[in-house]
Amino acid sequence: MNTLGVKTRPLIVSEIRKDFPIFTQHDGKDLFFLDSAASSQKPIQVLQAMDHYYSTTHANVHRGVYHIAEHATELYEGARAKIGRFVGAPNPSRETIFTKNATESINLLSNSLTRGTLKKGDVVVLTEMEHHANLVPWLMAKEQFGIEIRYIMVDENGYLNLENIDDLLQDAKVLSVTLTSNVLGTINPVRQLADLAHKHGAIVIGDGAQYVPHLSTNVADLGLDFLAFTGHKMLGPTGIGVLWGKSELLESLPPFMGGGDMIADVRLDGFTPNELPWKFEAGTPPIAEAIGLAAAVDYLENLGMGSVREHELELLSYAFESLESHFGNDLVIHGPRNIQDRGGVISFDFRDIHPHDISQILDQSGVCVRAGHHCAKPLMRHLGIVATARASFHIYNDQSDIDALVDALAKAQAFFG
Amino acid sequence: MPGLEDLYREIILDHYKNPRNEGIFPTPPAVKAEGHNPLCGDELTVYLLLEGDVIKDIRVTGQGCSISRSSASLMSVAVKGKTLEEVDHLLKIFKSMMSISTNSSGEAEVVEPVEYSERELGELIALQGVVKFPVRIKCATLSWNTLVQALESRAS
Repeated sequence: MNTLGVKTRPLIVSEIRKDFPIFTQHDGKDLFFLDSAASSQKPIQVLQAMDHYYSTTHANVHRGVYHIAEHATELYEGARAKIGRFVGAPNPSRETIFTKNATESINLLSNSLTRGTLKKGDVVVLTEMEHHANLVPWLMAKEQFGIEIRYIMVDENGYLNLENIDDLLQDAKVLSVTLTSNVLGTINPVRQLADLAHKHGAIVIGDGAQYVPHLSTNVADLGLDFLAFTGHKMLGPTGIGVLWGKSELLESLPPFMGGGDMIADVRLDGFTPNELPWKFEAGTPPIAEAIGLAAAVDYLENLGMGSVREHELELLSYAFESLESHFGNDLVIHGPRNIQDRGGVISFDFRDIHPHDISQILDQSGVCVRAGHHCAKPLMRHLGIVATARASFHIYNDQSDIDALVDALAKAQAFFG
Repeated sequence: MPGLEDLYREIILDHYKNPRNEGIFPTPPAVKAEGHNPLCGDELTVYLLLEGDVIKDIRVTGQGCSISRSSASLMSVAVKGKTLEEVDHLLKIFKSMMSISTNSSGEAEVVEPVEYSERELGELIALQGVVKFPVRIKCATLSWNTLVQALESRAS
């Protein structure tokens, strides 16, 4: 039983790892992959689904009236419905839009909103902990259209500071907020923020890039109007992202990119956009990637997202204890202390050893962590640092990965003295 | 896989832990330039006191990994008291050392190879092992690129 009282089955990592070819590809050397927040590994089921599609079925979708083209369309649209249902979309076949990644999903919104709804001086509220993907598109809109951006700041414990939230949301048109911080790991109180934002008449966009791959997601429960996420962080391929949006809002927005497939009619003097969801999908879409992502969703659903979350909480708890008992005050973990408030992400400073040097020494032991600013430079400035090292988990990690991390950090400690 | 000892030579660790010419100069009379490595967030500022065509003195300040900080320290020692012509030559041979001729993958800059002797490079030779770690080449070249910017800022 987990904290919600839902029955979960513990993950059997040794079995799961057999499904991931990458773990058997390294000359028999162990690979301690702790960088899934950047991109996850892919199970054989995802690779086979894409391979099978290319080997047996490939043709362009929504065009041919021959049988493999029809089958390709069925698979592509089937993937859409499955992925939409995975995040609780009420109308998955209409409201789930395929993009290139979460970044493109947010760019689609910032672009269509500024050509449709938003006017000069309109307020968009973001947070200080956003990934550049949910900052730069709005900064571009500010530059081009003169929208105003306000920020919810981060407090010293890694939570959003909600003291002046009503002032910030006053007259706001949009609130766009990450569900889980890719640096601090903080899981934000999105439902609470969404309810407040709606009270002020704002629409609510969730950046789910670090959330959807790890926690059971339901857009209605979260109170969202839009949700952006990406395939490659959730065991799926690169090159595919998703934007879910409420039908009536998607209807009201102008299209993003123009081209084939997104139109109902084209004349020399104009065009009529296609219906949802194709209105937002110009050109040949990432068909094999959609099929691969649907296989990834099958894989995750088969494990159960409750189990995935329970597994990550156990790993987080073990990692916190282990890092603290070995390194004490030499190692500072950023973000909330309460692991229930965290995703499977641990950013840390280790003595005064630069994250690059840490990462380099860890690499010698086969331990893969991310070192850098994690595409969140404003947050880095807030923390008063230029970079952190970050270990992040997914279903194929277990305590041996944390043990390898601890051993390798001890080596770094010895090396840099 | 190349070993850590190729990368973290003793001289490098020494310059990292005890950086030479660290600090700032008032501008003017000094000229300065800020360098960033957007990939990893390294930041450093180079200050130059020029007298005619000689770098009379230099200060470096900033944040970065052991490679970028030690390279900045080594660079400051190498160019201090040198004429701009000598600095230009050092820059060319350093960049030449940092280029990868056999393997063009990674993010290394492709630089025209220049003939040079190890004697000319002096302590800078300690950074030779960095080329085996392509991702780190930008760390090693950041201070040199910033030096060039500082010299250019004077020209403008």
